[in-house]
Amino acid sequence: MASATNSETAGGAHPGYPLTRAQLLQMYRYMVLARRLDERMMTLQRQGLAAFVIAGVGQEAAQVGAAMALRPGVDYLAPYYRDLAVNLVFGMTAREAMLNALGKRDDPNSHGRQMPAHWGNRERRVVTQSSVVATQLLHAAGIALGARLRGEELVVFASCGEGSTSRGDFHEALNFASIHRLPVIFFVENNGYAISERTEKEMAVPHVADRGRAYGIPSAVVDGMDAVAVYQTVKAAADQSRRGGGPHLIEAKCYRLWPHSSDDDDTRYRPRAELEEWAKKDPLVVLRGRLMEDGVAADGELAQLEAEVEEEVREAAQWALRQPDPAPEDALGYVFKEGG
Amino acid sequence: MAAVTVLEAVRGALAEAMERDERVLVLGEDVEAGGVFRATDGLAKRFPGRVIDTPLAESSIIGVSIGLAHYGMRPVAEIQFADFIHAGFDQLCSEASRWCYRTCGDAWLPMVVRTPWGGGVHGGQHHSQSIEAYYGHMPGIKVVVPSFPADYRSLLLAAIDDPNPVLFLEHKRTYRLIRQELEGAPAETVIGRSRIVRRGDDVTVIAWGLMLHESLAAAEQLAAEGIGCTVVDLLSVQPLDRETICEAAKATGKVLIVHEDTLTGGFGAEIAATIAEHAFEFLDAPIRRLCGPDVPAMPYHHAMEAFFMPDRERIAAAVRELAAY
Repeated sequence: MASATNSETAGGAHPGYPLTRAQLLQMYRYMVLARRLDERMMTLQRQGLAAFVIAGVGQEAAQVGAAMALRPGVDYLAPYYRDLAVNLVFGMTAREAMLNALGKRDDPNSHGRQMPAHWGNRERRVVTQSSVVATQLLHAAGIALGARLRGEELVVFASCGEGSTSRGDFHEALNFASIHRLPVIFFVENNGYAISERTEKEMAVPHVADRGRAYGIPSAVVDGMDAVAVYQTVKAAADQSRRGGGPHLIEAKCYRLWPHSSDDDDTRYRPRAELEEWAKKDPLVVLRGRLMEDGVAADGELAQLEAEVEEEVREAAQWALRQPDPAPEDALGYVFKEGG
Repeated sequence: MAAVTVLEAVRGALAEAMERDERVLVLGEDVEAGGVFRATDGLAKRFPGRVIDTPLAESSIIGVSIGLAHYGMRPVAEIQFADFIHAGFDQLCSEASRWCYRTCGDAWLPMVVRTPWGGGVHGGQHHSQSIEAYYGHMPGIKVVVPSFPADYRSLLLAAIDDPNPVLFLEHKRTYRLIRQELEGAPAETVIGRSRIVRRGDDVTVIAWGLMLHESLAAAEQLAAEGIGCTVVDLLSVQPLDRETICEAAKATGKVLIVHEDTLTGGFGAEIAATIAEHAFEFLDAPIRRLCGPDVPAMPYHHAMEAFFMPDRERIAAAVRELAAY
């Protein structure tokens, strides 16, 4: 499923788009799937069935647009906690996402050992992440250096929020990757808020991209509410990086339509008028409108797709709720890897 | 074969590991030029592209090593002085130590972080520190503290072969001070074992690094006075060889733990607690600790430095007191 979205588009691109009709529908499908999963997880949390949710609502265009420009199975992801949709493109299923949300024993990410949305899957080349922000950007540089030494052609997609860009590891990673001209795509999902702090409290320059340029890294700002624009920007950068062009930084300007997490009350710090203004640019609504307007798909076809996703998510949640929890003593073990 | 120094044993083990496994890389500050202690001297020329200078940024050195190890390389990072490793504490503590645990073994990190520690070189507050207590408190990272050249060689090779993060502590005062003929010398190849290096009936002394050598010198002196010492070379802080420690404690019933690190919360506390829990009935005297004083760091001036660090005379005095108890 994932690989089909990344097949070459030569000859088959839909007029006015860099993607085929099938890819555009797939793009929309991933975005809807991520949204419905987040909504279902929040419902489960409100019902007392899940302890915690941290969602990517409002950031689906940035995430799916970027991830579809990569090569699952070849490229590495060093994601951050909001990147559910990125992981879906890299092969995570709705059922797996639900196991993760519920901290179930068989969650492939951490088997209930980490909070939800802390991704990791070695086989899919998704690097395990912690709750500490920006640390993963150095891991990305190390993987890229390893690939360079081994002669493997790939890019490492390292994402974070704009809040992370104030941490030392962000700056150290940009510096290191730039010195060695490593194939890393630093993808910053600037959703306007680090919990309650607006970007003005996080940095004295208008764009994260300004910070990238200080390290000699080509840095672009893209409309993160536009999945196709993000796809094009990331694709161009990744193609260059792959061929030895060094790292790129892409800042996707988007918006966090939900509170920081299920534990956050954003009415204490965020004006409702601002939220309503951004809600008009909801990336799902925007893409849906474009697909119909440009003759990619009719309303009925999209409605059917949405119904299928709805059912997929409903079934995944029901299934995941029935899966075993970890045993208490599963807290032990795997402190060290055995053997060599 | 001539006797080799600690430094030569380290350098030799690095070359040996790089020779037999091309995934082994060395990275750190000034390593291409041989490093400030010359531990990587000649390696850049012998293994082109596999000895990598890094920016002066410890979080980078450790974070990039994590990425390299995850990818399948075998990075051996050098932190120039143990005192500077704390900028990478987050990468070691929040990331490396949990990599295997948080994925239930789906991912793991075959990486080594080498760093010179300890006092006695007039290094002042920021070139003399003992760090084993901070990092020994972190399950998921192995912490190795050899004392003799043969163990430096065998344990560094074991650390590089280990699929887990290993913090490899090298006592900088012993780099050129301690020599040993490698052939025929005992060489531990398993991380997590301590060794009884001397047997005597009266008092057990447990130490590592420079303090192990000072303890052995004290034991020699005490033997002439008719006091017999059992001396334990700790070799590993994490995992801790509780069995050997308790066996040595039971052999004499009197225990002195010696370390350079400050007393409170130093690793000697964990060793003392282990003995108290598992060998209490065998004790004939309170467990004693001879450590640095509880001041923030080792001072620069040689008189104050000497005051800070335990030495053979003070070890001998402490043993005599215990023997007489």
